[in-house]
Amino acid sequence: MARSVTTQRKIINTAVAWTVGLLIFFPILWTILTSFKTEATAIADPPVFLAFDWTLENYATVLERSDYMRFLWNSVIIAGGSTLLGIIIAVPAAWSMAFVPGPRTKDILLWMLSTKMLPAVGVLYPIYLIFIKLGLLDTRTGLVLVLMLMNLPIIVWMLYTYFREIPVEILEAARMDGAGLKEEILYVLTPMAIPGIASTLLLNFILAWNEAFWTLNLTAAKAAPLTAFIASYSSPEGLFYAKLSAASTMAIAPILILGWFSQKQLVSGLTFGAVK
Amino acid sequence: MATQHSRSAARLMMAPAVILLLGWMLVPLIMTLLFSFKKYLPLRGGDLGWVGFENYVRFVTSSAFWPSVLATLAIVGGVLIITVVFGVLLAILLNQPMWGRGIVRILVIAPFFVMPTVSALVWKNMFMDPVNGLFAHLWTAFGAAPVEWLSQASLQSIVMIVSWQWLPFATLILLTAIQSLDSEQLEAAEMDGAPPIKRFAYITLPHLGRAITVVVLIQTIFLLGIFAEIFVTTQGSFGTRTLTYLIYQRVLESQNVGLGSAGGVYAIILANIIAIFLMRMVGKNLDA
Repeated sequence: MARSVTTQRKIINTAVAWTVGLLIFFPILWTILTSFKTEATAIADPPVFLAFDWTLENYATVLERSDYMRFLWNSVIIAGGSTLLGIIIAVPAAWSMAFVPGPRTKDILLWMLSTKMLPAVGVLYPIYLIFIKLGLLDTRTGLVLVLMLMNLPIIVWMLYTYFREIPVEILEAARMDGAGLKEEILYVLTPMAIPGIASTLLLNFILAWNEAFWTLNLTAAKAAPLTAFIASYSSPEGLFYAKLSAASTMAIAPILILGWFSQKQLVSGLTFGAVK
Repeated sequence: MATQHSRSAARLMMAPAVILLLGWMLVPLIMTLLFSFKKYLPLRGGDLGWVGFENYVRFVTSSAFWPSVLATLAIVGGVLIITVVFGVLLAILLNQPMWGRGIVRILVIAPFFVMPTVSALVWKNMFMDPVNGLFAHLWTAFGAAPVEWLSQASLQSIVMIVSWQWLPFATLILLTAIQSLDSEQLEAAEMDGAPPIKRFAYITLPHLGRAITVVVLIQTIFLLGIFAEIFVTTQGSFGTRTLTYLIYQRVLESQNVGLGSAGGVYAIILANIIAIFLMRMVGKNLDA
């Protein structure tokens, strides 16, 4: 039975929700606004909201720093590389768990998830030591590997849940028509799985982009991504608000946009299907 | 249905992921365990031999241990309470009919996508700075003395920053759960004259129980490991040295690997206790 909602109640809801939403979003909005101010306006008291001379000079200054592009590039390579590598390793695993489940499939899946629960700090020194021994410290390759392993359980899990939704009947029909394992994967499953793979890619790219334990501890000057670049702004106190804001805006903008596309997958991906 | 052939093929396809994760878990874990029983100072003599449980005892008897446990509990507990309470309220709010719900949802979720170092620095400098921060301006505008947030109210400040980051996560999951609530049940209760508070307490809240548990478990695991937020704000000073940060300092800053590894083993045990509960819930859902 549909209940007609009074317009008055809807207006109140809208007003409250928008106020709360803007309040929560405010730090991001403020950062974006500050990035277009001069350093003097950025710390002006009372603060200026919109009526200031908008300038792009902070963006120019940050981009002119010879190393900014390197940090950005490192972020792209590390987040993209670890996600792609993870997908390549996870697709066959998730495929076999979803379509040829054995008696231990569930246990393996749960065990994989449990590796995600291992606190990073508990294994910090061993990883650090292995990195030194293998010459991986402060290299993008090293971080690609670590972030791939860190997110592999989530990638396998997400792909598994997507693959499981593909009806088995289609596979059986393909087999009846004489499709082998290879054809089955290439021509039947892959096209159906592409949306699931794409969302997995998206969410894990975001997670890897924002990762801030290994990226801070395993990199120095060469392989540091944007997380470390931003952290380097923590030493000089104050006075660089506008530039900090410009650098921050550039670091978060692409992910904010990608994130809005991945809202739905966020829930299933991060709760391992415990909430539907 | 599956033939023997496809079974073995399946095993082969699973192998890379399983072997990699097994290595990723076991090798560092075993190394940490070994180090924890050694006096191991890489910069002052290196591996100085086995010492039994000395590191384990020293870690918990050091003067920094209990304060770090308290800081961890305060941060994890504070963030959990704030995110769950406000998450439930926000989820209920966002489930109401309104104009522009999609946009409000985006605004609320956004903080989750901000990288931890950015959110920590933005809060630290642009909001909590005692001279140029927005809060300082606000306080002086009302004639109050600006607060030195990160030193005078350090734990509360960290809780505030981390809650801001995790509120979207809690809200999103609770919203997903609330949307699966049968609205007819609520309508029936309303027609029977149940006031909003009672409808919330007897229908909505019990329905959210499972989702709240999941939020608490997952957030606890992530919150126990927060690092960047402390690294760029207080560096562990002013009572914000959590267990994770203490272990980090022991291992990388003072290069006392044996001691830090013993701390690491404690952290692993702690995380596993919570993980068991989470795994049980996930496992149940797998059968369904």
